[in-house]
Amino acid sequence: MKLLQDVKLMFIRNVQHTLRNPIFMFLSLFQPLLYLFLFMPLLKNLGGTPGLPAGQTVEIFIPGLMVMMALFGSAFVGFDLIDDIRSGVIERFLVTPVSRSAILWGRVLRDASVLLLQVILITIVAIPFGLKVNFWNFLLSLPLYVMIAITMASMSYAFALMYKTEDALAPTINTITLPVSLLSGILLPLTLAPLWLKDLAKANPFSYAVNASRALFTGNMAGHDVLIGFVIVFLLMSVMFYWSIRALRKIEE
Amino acid sequence: MNKNTDFIIETTDLKKTFVSKIKGKINKVEAVKGVHLTVNRGEIFGFLGPNGAGKSTTQKMLSTLLTPTSGTVKIVGYDLAKNQAEIRKNIGYVSQAGGSDWAATGYQNLVLQARLYGLDEVTAKNNAKDLIKHFQMDSFADRPAGTYSGGQRRRLDVALGMTHQPKLLLLDEPTTGLDPQSRAYMWEEIKKLKEKGVTIFLTTHYMEEADKLCDTIAIIDNGTIITKGTPIELKNSIGADTIVVGFANTESAGKAEKLLLEKFGSAQTKIEVNILTVQIKNGEKVIPELLRLLDTNNLNAQSITLSKPSLDDVFLKYTGHSLREDKE
Repeated sequence: MKLLQDVKLMFIRNVQHTLRNPIFMFLSLFQPLLYLFLFMPLLKNLGGTPGLPAGQTVEIFIPGLMVMMALFGSAFVGFDLIDDIRSGVIERFLVTPVSRSAILWGRVLRDASVLLLQVILITIVAIPFGLKVNFWNFLLSLPLYVMIAITMASMSYAFALMYKTEDALAPTINTITLPVSLLSGILLPLTLAPLWLKDLAKANPFSYAVNASRALFTGNMAGHDVLIGFVIVFLLMSVMFYWSIRALRKIEE
Repeated sequence: MNKNTDFIIETTDLKKTFVSKIKGKINKVEAVKGVHLTVNRGEIFGFLGPNGAGKSTTQKMLSTLLTPTSGTVKIVGYDLAKNQAEIRKNIGYVSQAGGSDWAATGYQNLVLQARLYGLDEVTAKNNAKDLIKHFQMDSFADRPAGTYSGGQRRRLDVALGMTHQPKLLLLDEPTTGLDPQSRAYMWEEIKKLKEKGVTIFLTTHYMEEADKLCDTIAIIDNGTIITKGTPIELKNSIGADTIVVGFANTESAGKAEKLLLEKFGSAQTKIEVNILTVQIKNGEKVIPELLRLLDTNNLNAQSITLSKPSLDDVFLKYTGHSLREDKE
């Protein structure tokens, strides 16, 4: 009960923080929109190649774009935490009886909410571009993106708590996000990839997230892609969140 | 020594060693090397020392932010190793950075802080209004804290630390970076808190602050406490006052020195050109006699000054270096 109350207080605090500068929430939509307008049309003529069935290029591309938004949108939230560390806000919270994990729950839930809003907006924009998706499948895909966002946000917070400076955080996050996104078939399905690249991608948990996301959007749910994707992302999220709490507990060491 | 065993803070052999790995090598830094400390209820206790002496590290351990490497701490009646939750409810801590959320207003900061201590929304709002009144923040409480002056922000920081009316308030360098006026205001505020029964434990590297504000001072250097006492006790422990007498020439100074040593055997003297420096106890009583002595021997003093030992002298005596020296 106390944990829930603490999470609520921290969540509201962080949402208020975001709402003071709502423009940034929408600025981060700029990149996915560019992909939607300037990249997706290229795929139309590729329809019929392996992994890109003709007439379903939009349903292949959009779910990848969603995962990309979840990955990149939440990867840089650590910067915001560094501000709070520097101004002593985190120390102040830690000296109160507030639950340690609530300090981070309040943040990752805010990050997940921002992402949900973005996913819904992009979906609405994509409909005139020919996106057809089963409503229930779409609803089911949302928790997947939420979990990806929490995973990346937790990782970003853990690094922020360890480094406490932007100079170290930025290159670390960049070094991780680019290979992770390239190796997950976000922009083009990995069915196009040579074998060695496919094998490499199997080691990347986010490639399973992309598979699950595509299975839901295309309605091609015969295999276990959805289940596997959810399980893997859930496990990864649990590990990352646990790691971030550990980093918070050791912040002064 | 105070025989009262009901200390609000009591530490025994408190140590903190930071271990870090740099390029695979294990690097150990002993920040606090065995601190024995007792703080009485209701006093203003000053922890005086240069940067890097271990003041903040000790205070962070007391505030539950850092886990001690070894040693015991009893604070507000609880064992630090066993009962952090109770300690957090009963202490307030204001870090050097402050801790206010710059994007939020002072009022919003105070309401959230109260809610983190478990107050319901209505009580938290009333509590915030009371604090704004008490710390005279009415004119700026509705602006974002990022727009505050240094002095205004410090007031908010201390108000945040006092939100739950703790018995003990830990202040890490409460007046560093403040202009003289804001510093004087902060000192008044700290004294007012003491009158209300709050025990204050503050760190400082300002001699003047320790001298004017604190009931007890502990000098810390290199991770250990070197000496402790009231400002007056510490200054008296130095012993001597300094009398500086200027003469027309070296010869007169020399004659005066001889006469002085005949009369006051305990004095220590030094001559630099025409200036005679005398180290002696109870300097204020010596001066009239000294003047008479010079008069009857037709020696003409051109100037005379008396200075009591300062905390700078105390610091120099016990640590072997001045507080202002930058040391690694």
